[in-house]
Amino acid sequence: MSFRTYFDVPGADRSALGEQVAAQRARVARRLASVARVVAIVSGKGGVGKSYVTAAVAAAAARHGTQVGVVDADLKSPTVARMLGATGPLAVTDDGVAPASGAEGVRVVSSDFLLADGRPLAWREPEDDRFVWRGALEAAALREFLGDVTWGRLDLLLVDLPPGADGVSDLTALVPQLSGALAVTLPSDESGRSVARTMHALRDAGIPLLGVVENMSGYHCDACRADRPLFAGHAGDTLADAFRVPLLARIPFDGSAQPAAPADTWRSIAAALLEGGRGKGP
Amino acid sequence: MKFLCLACDEQMQFRERQEPGDGTFAASFTCPSCGHEVAMLANPAETQLVGALGVKIGGRELDEQPMEFVRRNVVGRDDAFADAAPAAGAAGRRPAWSAAAEERLARVPAFVRGMVKKIYGEYAAERGIAEITPEVMDRARTELGLEGM
Repeated sequence: MSFRTYFDVPGADRSALGEQVAAQRARVARRLASVARVVAIVSGKGGVGKSYVTAAVAAAAARHGTQVGVVDADLKSPTVARMLGATGPLAVTDDGVAPASGAEGVRVVSSDFLLADGRPLAWREPEDDRFVWRGALEAAALREFLGDVTWGRLDLLLVDLPPGADGVSDLTALVPQLSGALAVTLPSDESGRSVARTMHALRDAGIPLLGVVENMSGYHCDACRADRPLFAGHAGDTLADAFRVPLLARIPFDGSAQPAAPADTWRSIAAALLEGGRGKGP
Repeated sequence: MKFLCLACDEQMQFRERQEPGDGTFAASFTCPSCGHEVAMLANPAETQLVGALGVKIGGRELDEQPMEFVRRNVVGRDDAFADAAPAAGAAGRRPAWSAAAEERLARVPAFVRGMVKKIYGEYAAERGIAEITPEVMDRARTELGLEGM
């Protein structure tokens, strides 16, 4: 017995899974057509202050008239929404889900609005063997955060990716014309090595690297009235040299809730994100 | 996925879909020439794998709702979404909900309930159904492929 091939049978495939996936991508592209630039904020490991930098840059840009949105793509550990003072619920209309409004009018969507306080990200199904398709579930959620939100016209959409390189491929699949990425590191060599892996992943994917921000780059000692290092190492400089990108800022550690750098610093980082890399294209 | 009647060398036509239980997804197909019928039974793991991509076996009957995947799949807080009221029908009236249907809707997690109510409301409005009952909900589930709703 010989069978015809799938394509030899001319009738339509009712499921048309390939077409459904293509439609999902097209939906994201349509939604982001009104967004001038999409920039990823990345790190190598958690706890470096990536979300803090995202929030501060977004607010600084918005303060000066830039229309800014933030996607909190760190689904399991969402923090940037609260840093911006954005809260749910998310209003749903026929056209999509309206983003929450944060400091300076920054438009925000985050899993923080979805999860009960203190509860981890959990999926309804599948209950067994969910490790097999957890990545697919998270990528689908990111797709909706990008494509189902009524962003409106934006000059800049920042995507706060989870630590590491995993989120890079998900994002570049959904936004092929990503404008660029900003890497955030601690000064330590360990952080630098970890961030380097993510930066390599970005470069391999053809994503422009817009610069590095070194966070917790020392602190001011009131007793001795001098700036002191908090970590050994100079990862910011090392990464900037290795990847030939600018070190956009060193942000000192400050235990207060206030941004630990002058407003000009954040504004200059925002300017680099608005001007560097590539336009998103049609 | 296509189904071929070997005796007639004809592509079989989709007839209906069901969820007979334990997570199985079932779809039946008929040969347009000889009338031969077959059923495809997908095990839950296969269904879930496809579902994790946010696509639907058997195709979509409805446009994707805003954040439909997240709302169907994430265990979320009750007050995460504020849904707009379901649209009125062609005659400008919203379908009523019977007490039994309301009771059934109340068992849907609040995280997704507003979206589910909207879908059933639009289904009824488009068909001129004045009252949504559990039977209408069952019919909509089968016709629209609302697995898990």
